[in-house]
Amino acid sequence: MSSTLQGLPGTGRFARGVHPPGRKSLAEEASIEVVPPPAQVVIPLLQHTGAPCHPLVKTKQEVTAGEMIGDSEAFISAPVHTPVSGVVQRDSVTTLPNGRHVKTVPIKTGGDQRSGEALWNHIYGGDWPTDGADRHDPQEIVNAVRRAGLVGLGGAAFPTHVKLKRNDAKPVDTLLVNGCECEPYLTSDYRLMLEAPRPIIAGALLAAHACGATRIVIAVEDNKLPAAEKLRDAAAGSDVTVTVVKTKYPMGGERQVVPATLKREVPTGGLPLDVGVVVINVGTAAAVAGAVLRGRPLTHRVVAVTGAGIARPKNLLVPVGIRYGELIDYCGGLTGDAARVIAGGPMMGFALGSLDVPVTKGTSGVVVLTHEDVAKAAETHCVRCGRCVDVCPLHLVPTKMAQAAKGRDWELARRYYLTACCECGCCAYACPASIPLVQLIRVGKAQMPKE
Amino acid sequence: MAEETEQQAQGAAAGEAAGRPAPALHVAPGPHLFDAALTTRRMMLDVLIGLLPVVAWAVYWFRFCAVVQLGVCVLSCVAAEAIFTAMRRQPVSIGDFSAVVTGVILGLSLPGTCPVHVGVIGGFAAIGLGKLVFGGVGMNIFNPAMVGRAFVMIAFPGLLAAGGYVAKSGGASVAAVTQATPLTDFAQNAKVAPLMDLLFGTTNGSLGEVSAAALLIGGLYLCFRRTASWEIPVSAAAGLVLVAGIDNLVHPGAQWTVLHHFFGGAFLFGALFIATDPVSSPITPKGKWIFGLAFGVLVMLMRIFSAYPEGVMFSVLIVNALVPLINRWTIPRPVGGPVPAAVKK
Repeated sequence: MSSTLQGLPGTGRFARGVHPPGRKSLAEEASIEVVPPPAQVVIPLLQHTGAPCHPLVKTKQEVTAGEMIGDSEAFISAPVHTPVSGVVQRDSVTTLPNGRHVKTVPIKTGGDQRSGEALWNHIYGGDWPTDGADRHDPQEIVNAVRRAGLVGLGGAAFPTHVKLKRNDAKPVDTLLVNGCECEPYLTSDYRLMLEAPRPIIAGALLAAHACGATRIVIAVEDNKLPAAEKLRDAAAGSDVTVTVVKTKYPMGGERQVVPATLKREVPTGGLPLDVGVVVINVGTAAAVAGAVLRGRPLTHRVVAVTGAGIARPKNLLVPVGIRYGELIDYCGGLTGDAARVIAGGPMMGFALGSLDVPVTKGTSGVVVLTHEDVAKAAETHCVRCGRCVDVCPLHLVPTKMAQAAKGRDWELARRYYLTACCECGCCAYACPASIPLVQLIRVGKAQMPKE
Repeated sequence: MAEETEQQAQGAAAGEAAGRPAPALHVAPGPHLFDAALTTRRMMLDVLIGLLPVVAWAVYWFRFCAVVQLGVCVLSCVAAEAIFTAMRRQPVSIGDFSAVVTGVILGLSLPGTCPVHVGVIGGFAAIGLGKLVFGGVGMNIFNPAMVGRAFVMIAFPGLLAAGGYVAKSGGASVAAVTQATPLTDFAQNAKVAPLMDLLFGTTNGSLGEVSAAALLIGGLYLCFRRTASWEIPVSAAAGLVLVAGIDNLVHPGAQWTVLHHFFGGAFLFGALFIATDPVSSPITPKGKWIFGLAFGVLVMLMRIFSAYPEGVMFSVLIVNALVPLINRWTIPRPVGGPVPAAVKK
């Protein structure tokens, strides 16, 4: 690897971090399959960071696929749409994997549905222009993105129209499209880059025009070189640069990938916007293209169902609102030694307490781990070995932050910058004493009195 | 209630469909992956493995004295931990091997001529005063083995002073303990030991300090395994070379050179095995550099200016006392800067 990336100030690396086994081979060769429409979808009214939506439909109302069924007046929010045609049922509540209780709109599927190859082509197929993005008005792009209910598909689910809206106080010069997918096991972004590179490029160009970026970079880890090649081919002749960065966890975090490619530090407590960068996921970029060029709302997404605890790991194109249990059944069910079902990746994802929970826009994967995978030694005392300090990518001192949280010593917590922690999990991964550092830090952040 | 039954039915149905009972899933907070290769116990075992060359040479060179000394120290440390934790009604902790490590290091830091009661008292002082009084493993400020050694040094000054290393005439069956230690010889008789003797360990001294080669082999193993932070021995060596180098410049033509200081005495034992104890050393990399440097400089200052034959033990205890302050001084700057002060609306 050369010490600088072609034309970019960064070195393709960041300091510290960990190298968990990638385990991508379980699902990386499985091309995306379209799951058949389920008998019922349960649409949560909060699938994003920000204010929840209120329902726009009534019980027993008939809806068509793609219709908006929830919206909010708040700025940081995004509407929700139904992926299937059918009849609205009485609203309900569910507990999302991150612990939030949210209202839901269940819809009983009825009538003809697009499915299989036809659905794939409807969303990702056909022609995608790699020029002419500047013919669109930036505000029109932002409006189309909001109407389509787009949120970050990398996991944080931040409303995309807020990210792309031009802000004169904070000018943007670079759009960074995140194809790193640094979590072990996950392969959904990889397969999307391989199978639908053209909408990603088209969406990147539109998003850059909307936010005012003059430079467009797609960052891909070096364990996904075939995807980088496909993207380069699709981007030929356009302004999009595809760059390969070193594989390390958590390279996909914006506080790591922005310094690694552009050599700019994202300020603590701030956003990449503060250093002139907007970061979006490759899946989000593809959805931007669909929203602006075809008026398609965000109703489906690619989810990797993988892990040693699933009988047949696959990458699936699923409708939002399908249950986790239905995805697992489609992949042959759980193996006998399955121990934990995780929504998201194994480092930052949440263990599911029930398989009846619906998939949301932010669900990037379902990882089923076995007893052997999650076996952990009993917790012992911290011996101040310093390994957590050696691996923290934000240069924090996790053992001290956890100690402060445990003892509710907020002065100590402030001294060690407890609120700067991004909860990536490198420290708990490396701790020889099996101390639940991230859990203690999370509790500390929640209990720490606001200044 | 109806929901629960439905879920169980779904689970059971899935299980029946597959022909086995449905697996029980459990919930836990993330991260869900662990680097299982390293546990605290494994780190302690690593230290013992790293000490094997040193112990082997001690047994070869000091013969029976070494076996008895080490056995007594280890047994008394383990016994002390068992007794004291039982007295405080805490769970049994001797399985984590930290008491064994303390016992071996204490035994190796004592001269070969020590009578048995010194080892026993040293072991109890090390575990009782050096570790358990602070709360147990991971809580102590000072290196427990050094606390034990300091206790017996002050309690039995004759046995652990410079003269104590030489066996009384007629009492020694081992040739090793009939000569003075190299540092004492140089200080009192201006006799310079050959470098090869210091390197291989054919001199007198405490059990673990004599063979520089054995210490280096074991110490490098620990650094490669990352059980010991390499920053500490490297910066300690830098501190030693700095002061010894100045000393040599001030006294040109001296036969006792920087290398003699490096290989002789307990410096290598201290820098590689004692100062690197994680509990009593800093947690930040920058802190480790400061700690090691201070240790190396202090050892040299004591060798040059004090009447003690060996400054390692006191140097370790002094820099241990500085660790909370060093940790505070070297809090790293987070990537992206410190947390900005909240803006009052």
